Amino acid sequence: MVPELRRVKRVKRDTFDTFTLMLEGGGVFLPGQFNMLYAFGVGEVPISLSGDPAETGLLHHTIRDVGAVTRALTRLKRGSQVGVRGPFGSAWPIEACRGKDVVLMAGGIGLAPLRPAIYSLLKERDRYGEIVLLYGARTRQDLLYVEEFERWRGKFGVQVRVTVDSAGRGWKGNVGVVTTLLPRVRFEPAHALTMICGPEVMMRFSILELKSLGMEDSNIYVTLERNMKCAVGFCGHCQFGPAFICKDGPVFSFERVRSIFGVREL
Amino acid sequence: MKTLEPILAEHPFFKNLDKRHLELVVGCAANVRFDAGRFVFREGEPADQFYLIRQGKVAIEISPPQGEPIIMQTLSEGEILGWSWLVPPYHWQFDAQAVELTRAITLDGKCLREKCQEDHGLGYELLSRLVPIIGKSMEAARLQLLDVYGDRAPRS
Amino acid sequence: MGQGMEQRLTIEASGLDGLFAVLEERGFTVVGPTVREGAIVYDRLASPADLPRGITDEQDGGVYRLKKRDDDALFGYVVGPQSWKRFLDPPVKRLWRAERDGSDFRIVPEEVPREAFAFLGVRSCEIHAMEIQDRVYIDGEFKDPGYEARRRSALIIAVQCTVAGGTCFCVSMNTGPKSESGFDLALIEVVDTERHVFVIEAGSPRGREILEALETRPSEASELAEAENRIADAAARMGRTFDAEGVHDLLTQNLEHPRWAEVAGRCLSCANCTMVCPTCFCSTVEDVTDVSGDHAERWQKQDSCFTMDFSQLHGGIVRSSTRSRYRQWLTHKLATWIDQFGVSGCTGCGRCITWCPVAIDLTEEVAAIRANPPDAVEPHRRGKP
Repeated sequence: MVPELRRVKRVKRDTFDTFTLMLEGGGVFLPGQFNMLYAFGVGEVPISLSGDPAETGLLHHTIRDVGAVTRALTRLKRGSQVGVRGPFGSAWPIEACRGKDVVLMAGGIGLAPLRPAIYSLLKERDRYGEIVLLYGARTRQDLLYVEEFERWRGKFGVQVRVTVDSAGRGWKGNVGVVTTLLPRVRFEPAHALTMICGPEVMMRFSILELKSLGMEDSNIYVTLERNMKCAVGFCGHCQFGPAFICKDGPVFSFERVRSIFGVREL
Repeated sequence: MKTLEPILAEHPFFKNLDKRHLELVVGCAANVRFDAGRFVFREGEPADQFYLIRQGKVAIEISPPQGEPIIMQTLSEGEILGWSWLVPPYHWQFDAQAVELTRAITLDGKCLREKCQEDHGLGYELLSRLVPIIGKSMEAARLQLLDVYGDRAPRS
Repeated sequence: MGQGMEQRLTIEASGLDGLFAVLEERGFTVVGPTVREGAIVYDRLASPADLPRGITDEQDGGVYRLKKRDDDALFGYVVGPQSWKRFLDPPVKRLWRAERDGSDFRIVPEEVPREAFAFLGVRSCEIHAMEIQDRVYIDGEFKDPGYEARRRSALIIAVQCTVAGGTCFCVSMNTGPKSESGFDLALIEVVDTERHVFVIEAGSPRGREILEALETRPSEASELAEAENRIADAAARMGRTFDAEGVHDLLTQNLEHPRWAEVAGRCLSCANCTMVCPTCFCSTVEDVTDVSGDHAERWQKQDSCFTMDFSQLHGGIVRSSTRSRYRQWLTHKLATWIDQFGVSGCTGCGRCITWCPVAIDLTEEVAAIRANPPDAVEPHRRGKP
């Protein structure tokens, strides 16, 4: 319940409102898990681990500046201290991907919790068939980790496709919702596993599209987000039907949450 | 001259169209090419064609009252560009600009409209292929309107 | 605990002084019912004189009032607005402090509490409530050290219910009125014109040790018969009944039932039901600093799923309607609680009915949903954008 203090080793600015805090001291975590980060006197906030699980020296947290605590975290510099509790939560099903095509669908900041899964998959690239990353963002200014896409494409043969909701004339990439990328990539829906991370509405329409391609519910994984205070199942805030997102999630098999996924205001 | 029939028959849009109808369509088809930066059509122009993109990428743009044009959608290989040729008064509602070198087959909408009038079977075939595309693009536009990745301010 | 048929002993009502003395000798802080501002609350007791003598409570939907009894019973009422959770899991507590130290800071954890409580007058539904909260704070992967320390040290002195309240339905929930286990000592009050005694039994080695230190005599057959009669009488006079059969599926399959909107039209979203509920455990945290900015503290405070910011996310509020908040509370309490902790979150104590300012009665709400056939539409089908 009490945070452990870590020092900031590096701060990397990803976009105009998003940055990655790299914390010293490292630690073991699974792709998809999150930490609670505490900014002195301001509060705690759940932040997904966004680095390589095999890199044990530094803990990466990609943070979007949207509230009081994340604002306070933006002020941290190399050498600053931050309180850390975690890692908490469930993980992406990396083992279950073996022998399958893997489709990763990310929306906005949702690419951050998926990046550890990408690193884990690429570590043993030959265990998997096609690896597809479909990434939708608001504008080109919101795109994360762009500098890594070429390496993922070139060295590992990942089919990386990016789309934005709107763009100016300078943009040579795709414009449209993330599902419009699905027909443009190769994978076998019947032998694929999909991990989706993004706003609930984006996940809902992605699932409809994946199912129309013949994907089974049991091969679709999603992440969910709710208000969270304690991260250990005590505070009750992150309930989603029967699940506590902090303990049972944030990664869920769609099969498990299917019956309540579309219920409004749940 | 080589006919466009085999190319059309392979295109996802005309998949499983029977030979008789395909022949009618081929009569209205021609090959076109747009260099990067060239407009395929402009807002307000008569919409007398539509395009089956074979290669490249086309951006659908809208110009807001102030500022630069905004790209709302891009279309690539295998996709259909344009459906205003079916909807009176047959004028383009947006600009379409080739983002990169784009090769396409253009179909004469006026000619197709006439053929559909004569052969309702062909009309049904074309509409049942176009309506899902129109529906999808409308769904997509609504989702983009939601600005799902924005979260700039709480929505009430 | 719960050794079955112990030998039954009797102490005189006047012998309760002896019980207090024995408890204090062993270092317990005695907490039990007492009258404050027109209600029976739980607080530290100095002596049996602090107990509500000759008082009963009248309860109904949105109604609570104390009345005189025509005897001197010390436990002749049921449960009030508070529950023992206020001692086991204080509604406001500091979790830790942080001190700035140059450009760094350090965190000072809160010490585990040492005070041991003796809870006197714990009802069967309340023992069940504690066991339900144990599943939240102790039995899972993570443990709350403060709760665990207080719970493990607390001595439970049960009082078997010999009256039933107007909103009680423990019989329907299988949580009472008689405690069968989970106590260290259990008392049954027998009071009439001739006598005022307590039949007492031990439910644990700790309880037995205390019992041995008290002045007791073997119970008379008439006392035992009268004690059992009174419990049976309470069981027969439940103010409410509740059909718990299949309630999990009933609620989880009716998330879009029109009744939710109907009850939301009456519900004030005041959070009273969650505040008085002995099992509701939701909390929030507040981070505070002093003027210098060098000292920060993190406090945990009781929270309610009826508040608007409970479900606040950066994009907005998830449960912005009263309908969704009432639905969350009731489906959690009666249905998803079972998925999470293996038991219902409801003990049938009736507090949420009594203390609802507009008399919303969960037994009635569930019955109304049950009376209408389940909605045939699968909920996830409605999610299509």
